[in-house]
Amino acid sequence: MAQVNYISPDGTVTTIDARDGDSVMETAVKNGVKGIIAECGGACACATCHVYVDDDFAAIVGGPGDLEDDMLDGTAAERCSNSRLSCQIKMCAEYDGLTVKIAPKQV
Amino acid sequence: MAEQVLIVGAGQAGMQVAVSLRELNYKGEITIVGEEPYAPYQRPPLSKAFLAGEADIESLEFRSPDFYSANDIKVVIGEKITDVAISGGKGVAHGSNGRVHNFDRLVIAPGSAPRRLTIAGSELDGVLYLRSIADAEALKARWAEAKNVVVVGGGFIGLEVAAQATKAGKRATVLEAADRLIARAVSPLTSEYLRSAHERRGASVRLSASIESFEGSNGRVSGVRLVDGEVIPADIVMVGIGVMARGELAEKLGLETSNGAIVVNEFAETSNPTVLAAGDAVLLPHPLGFGNQVRLESVQNAVDQAKVVASTIAGEREPYHAVPWFWSDQADIKLQIAGLSTGFDQTVLRGNPDDDKFSVLYYRDGKLLAIDAVNDPSDYMAVRRALGAGAQIDPRAAADSAVALKNLIISSDA
Repeated sequence: MAQVNYISPDGTVTTIDARDGDSVMETAVKNGVKGIIAECGGACACATCHVYVDDDFAAIVGGPGDLEDDMLDGTAAERCSNSRLSCQIKMCAEYDGLTVKIAPKQV
Repeated sequence: MAEQVLIVGAGQAGMQVAVSLRELNYKGEITIVGEEPYAPYQRPPLSKAFLAGEADIESLEFRSPDFYSANDIKVVIGEKITDVAISGGKGVAHGSNGRVHNFDRLVIAPGSAPRRLTIAGSELDGVLYLRSIADAEALKARWAEAKNVVVVGGGFIGLEVAAQATKAGKRATVLEAADRLIARAVSPLTSEYLRSAHERRGASVRLSASIESFEGSNGRVSGVRLVDGEVIPADIVMVGIGVMARGELAEKLGLETSNGAIVVNEFAETSNPTVLAAGDAVLLPHPLGFGNQVRLESVQNAVDQAKVVASTIAGEREPYHAVPWFWSDQADIKLQIAGLSTGFDQTVLRGNPDDDKFSVLYYRDGKLLAIDAVNDPSDYMAVRRALGAGAQIDPRAAADSAVALKNLIISSDA
């Protein structure tokens, strides 16, 4: 079981125990963390689960794949170097303590 | 007493109505009733990750069980609503297991059911459909052993299953009655790409195919006989020939329907103001205001329409305005569609279909209508944004694939 910390645009921090293999998006949505919409349910098809990965984890989590990279060009909030679609980050023990900032605008 | 909202249908739309009501700080009682023995779950992965063994039932859940209790949303599963009556703005619904649900507002989100084939042999074991977890489990139970998979219907679901079959090393045959694939939703160009792409990946695609019967022995399907006498061996026959709106409850209530679909206005209200409806089973005004009524079988429509239902119930009355969008993952082919191409008179091709990466833009009278994008999320997102903003992309400029579409968007107030 690894924990994820979500920082909402208003600064609220929510910590959730993630099920191994669930994505950072799924973990948020199933537990009612607001601000991650994820209309497509994790198919990398809607770009509404945009997060900024905390610096401490940027190297461990890595960057986006090609399709995700293209989708990130269409996000509603500004794309930064640490932007990811949270449906594409699968939780594992190695990511315990991962902190992500939820993008201020998804649609 | 608090107002009571009863949501019949625990799919994407039914779940979203409940969630959106709470997000709008709605204080009334909310009950979702679903026929299947599962809390609301995602259907799209059933023909993809779930079939491939990459997702389990728990991972399909939209929300954790704790979420519903924390948000005071009552979820009743395994219950079919058998009768419903409304008088004087209040109603009562009866469930198959004897429960009685009173309501002030009724939301029907019944979804759709696969169109069934009734030719000789269609009752054989191994002739399958794909809509629910139960359907997907029946398919999966036969999947590992199956060598020959025949898909009847070259639509989205059929092609997704065919792609999984070839990826798993099975022989896949797609039988389509029309002269091209997904004729209802994409241009001939995209249809031809899909035919060739699936063939290149090992599937056999038969267009203008006419099926005589399903053959079997000991009650199990063994092949599909075509009208010309040829028999294609089959351990599994997956039938994906479209869906029918489930309008039973609406008809029981005497609501206005069209071909079984429930007719609603831009506020998701049916012909009875106590009753709202959302999702696959609904016929709604064109969501971008292009005139005609449409029925949209998609996640996007279920979600966006459910939000409209919630806003109407909460008294905010936001009309439905949304860019329709859709995706279909067929193994490594990612097809994304934004807008509705119906009625197009011009297409613009960007990229090369032979590279498995291209897009087709659709226009009518020079105005942008829609896009089909294959493995090209950039073009897809650009068109989705343009349509959402009521902006245009000049077709002549778009024909130059070297220029990014997002740099060609001309805003309406420019």
